[in-house]
Amino acid sequence: MKVAGFFLLCAGFAIVLCTFLLLSTTAPRAAFVLAGIAMQALGFLLVFRAHYTLGEER
Amino acid sequence: MQTQPVALTEAGMAFCMGCIFLVPLAAAGLALVNAGFGRGRSAAHSMLSALCVFAVAVLTYLLVGFSIQGFPGGPAHLLVFGGRSWNLLGSAGLLMRGTVFNNPTLSLMACLQLFSVGIAAIIPLGAGSDRWRLRASCASTALLAGITYPVLAHWVWGGGWLAQLGSLAGCGNGAIDAGGAGVIHAVGGLTALSIAWILGPRQGKYEDMGLAIPGHNMPFVLFGCLLTLIGWMGLDSASAMLFSGAPLGSVPLIAVNNLAAASVALLTASVVTQLRYGKPDASIAANGFVIGLVAISAACSLVSPAIAAAIGLVAGLAVPFSVEWLDRFGCDDPSGSISVHAVGGLWGVLAAGLFVHPRPGQWLAQAAMISALLGFVLPLSYGLNWLLDRIYPQRIGLNGELQGLDMSELGAGAYPELAQASRDYLSR
Repeated sequence: MKVAGFFLLCAGFAIVLCTFLLLSTTAPRAAFVLAGIAMQALGFLLVFRAHYTLGEER
Repeated sequence: MQTQPVALTEAGMAFCMGCIFLVPLAAAGLALVNAGFGRGRSAAHSMLSALCVFAVAVLTYLLVGFSIQGFPGGPAHLLVFGGRSWNLLGSAGLLMRGTVFNNPTLSLMACLQLFSVGIAAIIPLGAGSDRWRLRASCASTALLAGITYPVLAHWVWGGGWLAQLGSLAGCGNGAIDAGGAGVIHAVGGLTALSIAWILGPRQGKYEDMGLAIPGHNMPFVLFGCLLTLIGWMGLDSASAMLFSGAPLGSVPLIAVNNLAAASVALLTASVVTQLRYGKPDASIAANGFVIGLVAISAACSLVSPAIAAAIGLVAGLAVPFSVEWLDRFGCDDPSGSISVHAVGGLWGVLAAGLFVHPRPGQWLAQAAMISALLGFVLPLSYGLNWLLDRIYPQRIGLNGELQGLDMSELGAGAYPELAQASRDYLSR
């Protein structure tokens, strides 16, 4: 779960980065940036959840 | 942000130098806050750690950090894509070799950065209180000051791609972070989160019904808050002048905004804790004061005092819930460093996008910066500290933690004349 969370964090950033490289109009750019950040939020929650589970197992 | 060095008048340069000399007070304040929130049996260790990581951060930054961060208009590694040149990393010489300090603005930038990276390095100490080995914290700081911090600082303050979003992608003025809410505080706060995850909670923190381990010296914490205020006004003023081209005349506005945001955040956190627990909580109120300063940093010279107060209000509301939420998810952060610096820093960066609107699309540049913090700084910081932990375990052993870091690592306590308190824990 932790690895998947970090993967989502990085993948969301990659989407945001590519958005500025590849798109030039505002509306699609805003949509992709928001999608990337939403993906990162999901990844962040997954990493949190993973550490919470690890703590409970300890 | 600027993609070329700003030109300061002689008066501006003199004033900026004076502001930079105030910045160590912010570091001293944060060190006191961290020490006060920790246990008495680790107090000397906490203060020594702050000094040591400050020194390591300065030396590492001198050695490699400045080379990676560079400066606006300086030598850099570029990525040419679609006919546009994106500035990725600085390529100045190691140990500042090849950097000619005949430009006073450049000299002031380098000087301010040495203090800024020191402040960023002190932030994670709060999350690792009472269990982070001294040598491990120094090694971790070397990674922060040598890799994590300079890369993001280059992107925002060194004329990097986040600063270029304004000129190359039409997103407002590019990523705005006048006082370092993202570059200094969010980077430090996210590193603190990595450290809290890697070290795990303190012994006894989540056993049985869950225990609140109170800080040993609240006057330290509250006095530390007052010191940070002075240092912060210097830090925000100097960085706003150097990195976002704020005129000398905007310094009083920066001071007023700092005071307004910190005051509103302190009172908001106090009222929220009064409503939730029946009495104001001194520790969360102190965190409220600092988060107000953190949150206003990004837009300190660019918004009116009323907006600054609104930014402080949201920050003050966020801190009690953030502290509780982290606690509920088993993330032991004795000083509230993550809530104050990571949450406050991210909110400050977002608030700059919401309230500063010189040109359309500013919020996209701020969103890109938040994305970089979450998708680059956090994984990189976690990965580097995870590797370090595999090579040299960062957490002190069980006996050392129970004995206290003062005795186990330094061989002497901070308060030798006082008897060791038999009960460190209070039932929640």
